[in-house]
Amino acid sequence: MLPLSSYIIHLADNALILGHRNSEWTGHGPILEQDIAISNIALDLVGQSRNFYQLAAKKINEASPERVAITEDGLAYLRNAGEFKNLVIVEQPNGDWGKTLLRQFYFSHFQYLQYQALCGSEDTDLAAIAEKSILETRYHVKWSSEWICRLGDGTTESHGRMLKAMEALEPWVPELFVAADYEKATADNNQGVDPAALKEDWFNAVNPILNTATLPACAEQQALGSVLSGKDGYHSEHLDHILKDMQYLQRTYPGCEW
Amino acid sequence: MNREEIISILEEVKDPEIPVLSISDLGILRNVELLENEVRVTITPTYSGCPAMDMIRQDIINTLKKKGIGPVTVQQVLSPPWTSDWITAEGKKKLEAYGIAPPALAHTCEAAGRDEPDHCPLCHSKNIELISRFGSTSCKALYRCKDCREPFDYFKCH
Repeated sequence: MLPLSSYIIHLADNALILGHRNSEWTGHGPILEQDIAISNIALDLVGQSRNFYQLAAKKINEASPERVAITEDGLAYLRNAGEFKNLVIVEQPNGDWGKTLLRQFYFSHFQYLQYQALCGSEDTDLAAIAEKSILETRYHVKWSSEWICRLGDGTTESHGRMLKAMEALEPWVPELFVAADYEKATADNNQGVDPAALKEDWFNAVNPILNTATLPACAEQQALGSVLSGKDGYHSEHLDHILKDMQYLQRTYPGCEW
Repeated sequence: MNREEIISILEEVKDPEIPVLSISDLGILRNVELLENEVRVTITPTYSGCPAMDMIRQDIINTLKKKGIGPVTVQQVLSPPWTSDWITAEGKKKLEAYGIAPPALAHTCEAAGRDEPDHCPLCHSKNIELISRFGSTSCKALYRCKDCREPFDYFKCH
């Protein structure tokens, strides 16, 4: 597969898996309005993933016209965990509301910087999706940042839970900034973005908010050799469980439509 | 049938979530082209995950078909991205009359650093408060009027 197609699938998988995780809150949110908020964010993310999958399918089909055409649904529903290229942080279980919000906060700040850079991509289709999506991500950043302050600077209970959430998600932060081969290759062609270049801006964005929330700064760590790289298909066990749910229908009734 | 007549027929195609707004009012109808063998209608989504797009696509085809116009293809473009500034002045009036506070201009929101309705669309009081940044659809936030006590939707700046 061409590096650009892998890269677009990586972007799609991030949005789809986090969108799916967020959708698990639908009907279970702490209060009705916030249930709606996270469901709407799930919808934005799944919508973004759909645009990316359509573009990836188009590029893959153009590159191999002799093969059976791939579709957006095939990419979402018929790949195994090892073929998914999402970041490990987005597949982490929801935990409590604080952990879900911290995951969204970390990811949305990252995605915002990534889309901002992608708006200048030489691939005009990719730039168009980034320009469209960043308007939505701007909201996700705002909403999750407000919640981090509210929970961090809230009660002893909420503050303690935020500290636990930080500890739980900490191991998956370094992966954000370690470029996969397809990220390096597409960045070299001015189509993609090298995530290492976003690292400083990301820490500068999240740490002042954590400070306002009376939480410790997110520590800048080196990615350890043992850290999984979801970008290259090495996932935690949680992804398999998500796919079991998400892909059940298409796996059981291939080609099913309704 | 010329292009203007087709555009005027498409006034009948409404947003299924906000049935007072046509797709032109909402600013998601981007182009109508009369090609040799088809009529091509170009639309753009409001939000990436807007579930109404497939329905709107089908409504366009059905509405034109009823007038004997076809075949019709509907294509979707993302660029330039839709913002709430694409809603026409007429569309904003219709929103307010329907009880949804219309969005301010996006650059005004950005300059002021806040995105909120000017007044309650029901009693016109400026004494309002935010209930939730997200409302019944992605494009709306939920407010409450502190004078007439009614909750109302605000079409967000986007």
